[in-house]
Amino acid sequence: MEEQTPILECRNLCISYDTRGGEIPAVIDFNMKVMPGQGVGIVGESGCGKSTVALAIMQYLGSNGYIKSGEIFFHGRDMRTMSEEELRALRGSKIAMIYQEPMASLNPSMKIGDQLAEVPLFHEDVTINEAKARALELLEAVKLPDPKRIMESYPHQISGGQQQRVVIAMALLSKPDLLLLDEPTTALDVTVERGIVELVKEISAEFGTAMIYISHNLGLILDTCDRVTVMYSGEAVEDGTVNEVFDAMCHPYTSGLFASIPLPGADKNERPLVPIPGQLPLPHQRPQGCFFGPRCAFFKAGTCDQEKVRMRSVPEEEGHTVRCARFEDIDWSEGDHEAVTVKSVKSGKVVLDVRNMKKYYEIRSSSILAMIRGDAVKTVKANENINFNAREAETVAIVGESGCGKSTFAKVLMGLEEATDGQVVLNGEDLAHVSVQNRKARTVGHLQMVFQNPFDTLNPSHSVGSQIARVIRKFGVEKDPNKVREKVNELLDLVKLPRDFAHRRPRQLSGGQKQRIGIASAYAGGPAVVVADEPVSALDVSVQAAVTGLLTEIQNDLRSTLLFISHDLSVVRYLSDRVVVMYLGHIVEQGTTDEVFSPPYHPYTEALLSAVPIADTSVEQKQIILKGDIPSAVNPPPGCPFQTRCPRKIGSICETEEPPVKEFEPGHQIACHLDEDVFSSMEPVIVTHEEEKIA
Amino acid sequence: MLILAFRRFLSMALIMAIVSFTLFAIFESDKLAVAGKVLGPYSNTEQRELWLEQNGYNEPFLERYVTWVGNALTGDFGYSIQYKSPVSDVLWPRLGNTAILAGLYMLFMIPLSLTLGVIAGMKEGSIQDRVVSVGSVLTTSVPEFASATFFSAIFVFWLGWLPGTSAMTSGFSWAEIFLPVFVLVMYGFGYTTRMTRASMAEVMTSHYIRTAVLKGIPYRRVIMKHALRNALIAPFTVIILQLNWLLSGVIVVEVFFAYKGFGKLLLDAALFGDIFVIEACTLVAVFVAVFSQFISDIGYTLLNPRIRFT
Amino acid sequence: MTTEIQSNDTSPSAISKMFKSIGLLRESPIAIFGLSLILFWVILAILAPILPLYDPNAPLEPFKAPLADARDGGLYWLGTDHKGRDILSRVSFGAQQVLVWATTATAVAYIVGMLMGVVAGYLGGWWDEIISFISNVLLSFPVIVLYIIIITYLGATGFNIVLAVTFASAPGIMRIVRGLVLDLRTRDYIFAAQTRGESSLYIMLVELLPNARGPLIVDACLRLGYTTITIAMLGYLGLGLPPPQPTGAKMNAETQPLGSFAGHMAVVPAAAISSLVLGFNLLADGLREISMKD
Repeated sequence: MEEQTPILECRNLCISYDTRGGEIPAVIDFNMKVMPGQGVGIVGESGCGKSTVALAIMQYLGSNGYIKSGEIFFHGRDMRTMSEEELRALRGSKIAMIYQEPMASLNPSMKIGDQLAEVPLFHEDVTINEAKARALELLEAVKLPDPKRIMESYPHQISGGQQQRVVIAMALLSKPDLLLLDEPTTALDVTVERGIVELVKEISAEFGTAMIYISHNLGLILDTCDRVTVMYSGEAVEDGTVNEVFDAMCHPYTSGLFASIPLPGADKNERPLVPIPGQLPLPHQRPQGCFFGPRCAFFKAGTCDQEKVRMRSVPEEEGHTVRCARFEDIDWSEGDHEAVTVKSVKSGKVVLDVRNMKKYYEIRSSSILAMIRGDAVKTVKANENINFNAREAETVAIVGESGCGKSTFAKVLMGLEEATDGQVVLNGEDLAHVSVQNRKARTVGHLQMVFQNPFDTLNPSHSVGSQIARVIRKFGVEKDPNKVREKVNELLDLVKLPRDFAHRRPRQLSGGQKQRIGIASAYAGGPAVVVADEPVSALDVSVQAAVTGLLTEIQNDLRSTLLFISHDLSVVRYLSDRVVVMYLGHIVEQGTTDEVFSPPYHPYTEALLSAVPIADTSVEQKQIILKGDIPSAVNPPPGCPFQTRCPRKIGSICETEEPPVKEFEPGHQIACHLDEDVFSSMEPVIVTHEEEKIA
Repeated sequence: MLILAFRRFLSMALIMAIVSFTLFAIFESDKLAVAGKVLGPYSNTEQRELWLEQNGYNEPFLERYVTWVGNALTGDFGYSIQYKSPVSDVLWPRLGNTAILAGLYMLFMIPLSLTLGVIAGMKEGSIQDRVVSVGSVLTTSVPEFASATFFSAIFVFWLGWLPGTSAMTSGFSWAEIFLPVFVLVMYGFGYTTRMTRASMAEVMTSHYIRTAVLKGIPYRRVIMKHALRNALIAPFTVIILQLNWLLSGVIVVEVFFAYKGFGKLLLDAALFGDIFVIEACTLVAVFVAVFSQFISDIGYTLLNPRIRFT
Repeated sequence: MTTEIQSNDTSPSAISKMFKSIGLLRESPIAIFGLSLILFWVILAILAPILPLYDPNAPLEPFKAPLADARDGGLYWLGTDHKGRDILSRVSFGAQQVLVWATTATAVAYIVGMLMGVVAGYLGGWWDEIISFISNVLLSFPVIVLYIIIITYLGATGFNIVLAVTFASAPGIMRIVRGLVLDLRTRDYIFAAQTRGESSLYIMLVELLPNARGPLIVDACLRLGYTTITIAMLGYLGLGLPPPQPTGAKMNAETQPLGSFAGHMAVVPAAAISSLVLGFNLLADGLREISMKD
């Protein structure tokens, strides 16, 4: 391997952007080597410069970005010396890229076939027909159903997963030597993501393409790459093979990153979540010396805050380099970051009881044709027969992908939509048909919500304090201005933010801080039930752990019930006492966390578990790849909602009859036609190999 | 597609019905006032009553409205008080003259503003962008009556190259039509240019343009094949809807250069109180506006596959 | 119920905030230039009654060139018109008229348009259908026709001009606001306000409208420019305020048909109007540029 020329090599690469505030270094002193057929991962949180590296390799930094110093060699030639025409000949033919948002990456007003055919047309000497034939071939290769139809379609006519397959086909059309993947699955659902990742792996094996895989998700990197570079604040902090970095990491940031992500295979008591305190420094606020210094548990004044830290080799591990001034001296057992408290309280009486809740929407088709046919009104069954309850101080997770009906459920609960049928009983009061306007202030305050997108939860026009104060007054907790101010301060203390944050504007807060304010508002009325809709999914991993921890801690102290809506099974395993799995408006499985995470499974739960990317080398996952996409709730399949994608489908009964709800343990219910003996013979999806871990 | 066209057509008809009814209610609900306008301020009440009787004004209001609409649909707009002839005799030639003016305006304005807008939007912040942007702000800040003044001062009184009026007394003349069109173009092109520029600039920063560039296809093709189509959707609608605003400029220009067009007819009728001409002109103007809206909607759907196939 | 949320702790900083936003303007020379043009006319308009100007309607000496000496020993800075009236004085008082009515008309149109837009966008359903339909009907009139009908039917007074501008502009403003609100209403903070049982009125006025202000300020500047043009144009066409009121274009119109083209008489008011409109347009451009950078 060593004497081969690398396909791509970055040497001491520095990239900067020119802004109003002067030059901002986005990437500093970056080195990387990609050998033929190799998969190299770049991992890091948002703003660490990983995407900038990819765009620099493509020589596409926009009007204000530029390579300040260093070289990028492609097959031994410095790309910076290439002419515009030489670059053009490379792009799309030798180096191809796959992007984060497939929809935005395709031209909305051009047929997919034409967009694909352009690649061979401008890189090889082919006719338009040959180019189209090649495009069709590749659409088949990326396993798209009905490729002929897709050739003639516009991008908006196919689903997100299919769009990403089209982008992959486009990238592979001219058999590139190097493929850049910039968060290719971030915008997709987990089960769809799994399919794309498998495809990428197959293709790189088949074509021998080298890959640079950029992601914030360590699990995906483990799945796809041979080597990995960890980036922090514009710098590579650790570089090595996947095994070296995942099992024998030497940089405190890498170690912190691993400690802050939940692993679905691990027991939460054995391996508690440990958040990294503080937040990523802005480029112009980077500290002297080690950029990670202020957040590092092993920080040593005099060593870490002096001169710039260089990348150094780890002794006896060739190729494993680390940017830490004192990694040899670190005693990993003495790190003093506080671990997230694990739930310890016992749950009490039933607080929330949902019985046979249904929510149907009617959508009117406005086309005259539909009016003539008499089917102008279509019913969307957003929620079908929802049955479950939640106890005091209990955490119930509602798990599902897009379109599963969890948001509709939250809306009904909050009183923004009226249930079509059934009951939603909170502390003995049926709220299913009472809109929020008609609920008593106390009731409203008892049922509150934490929202998903931290950038959206606070009104940018008002100060943080006034927004919390409004909630306090609205719930009738306090009226007197001084007492309201006092209560605002108490709530800020509760979410561990300084009191002077009351005077700040939302835009002066980071994502994690905004989410803390969101939590403070939700707890203003002393709620009995808090619904948290994906409260951490938009945050960076190191911040996620802290916010998750805060949520559990407050809940423990106040003994409130938490309904945790999420698509991320890893977090769910850490947080919740019970899990409800939803698919297309139906509850397909529910039970205690242990019951749901171990067999017997509903086939959908099984697939979900196998799809979660796990950043643990000692874990083995069963491979279940679901075909196709999640059907639309407007046209749900008859019978079992999951039958169109189910790998365990038994036959026509799945297509005609709604599956019965089977109870395995008291409270562990699965809605499926499968026979008892199939259930009893199911094997666990996630297996941990303890021996390897020790070795 | 046909369904959409049909729906648009229905809403167009509905709007026309409401507009015509409002118009009729404003101008003809007070019968005596109508008679007063027709017979002049010195007519007495008896004469007016007689005129009303003779002209069928004593029918119920709704019936009169239906008759009036029916007549209008067959091209009978009544009798002009000012010109002492059927309204349609005055209206159609005037409309033809304005069509020439507007047609020439479009002919020059569209290519000019699209080209400038695309050139400016291709590279945001470049020199050509700055020049085009500043130029279009300057010209849109000078209203037609002001620019007509300036250009007349230069071309008519200072250089003496062009005639100062465009009455076309001896038939159509290119020299006479030049200044009116020029004034309209100067004021009008800026808006479309800025619209095109903004649309083009937005498209150029989009991810699919990045995809196209990184696919390694030539820059020319990126612009022509990927950027233009998407960038021109928005300006297209604007250009057609401009007809609505164009009329104001047309009136000013026609008045300034004494051009015998539709705008001047409407204005004179308004100043004179020639209600049947006002009604006819308004109906025609609203029809043109609603129809252009219709065309713009249909065109937008045709241009934008995201709406066409859903 | 309505705006108590703001009074909590924002009021002491209101003045400093104003200074800050003026400071922001420094980042765009275009905006500064535009603002200076506007301020020039505003100051001239305010000072017109106390400056040593001739009566704008008094016939003094006709056809005097700019900088000509007056009979009484004064100076006609910009000359006089065909009726012998002092042009500088007429431009200054004209600016006063135009600014007052353009601002009033735009403000009224904005209030109406914003309310319509926020109701249509937030409440949706039948509200949206009805408001949108009314707007479509109004938008189907070419604006000038709308002006002509309103002014010939109701007469040319300042109030009617405000009414006409409102009819012509409010539907456009409504569309912009509706579009902004349709986007803003999907934000989680609106959802949050709904889940704590806020009234629709509170959400529309306190939660939605303040966040739509950015694009609306830019649009308002452009509209001020356009309304200025409109008022001037109506004057030019003889539909404007009655004769003693010297709007710039009215002067332009009165001098133009004279045949003997005394340059300065028409050019000066035309240039005055153009520079004021230019000021509004440049300010709008600059503001947009600043808002894009953030």
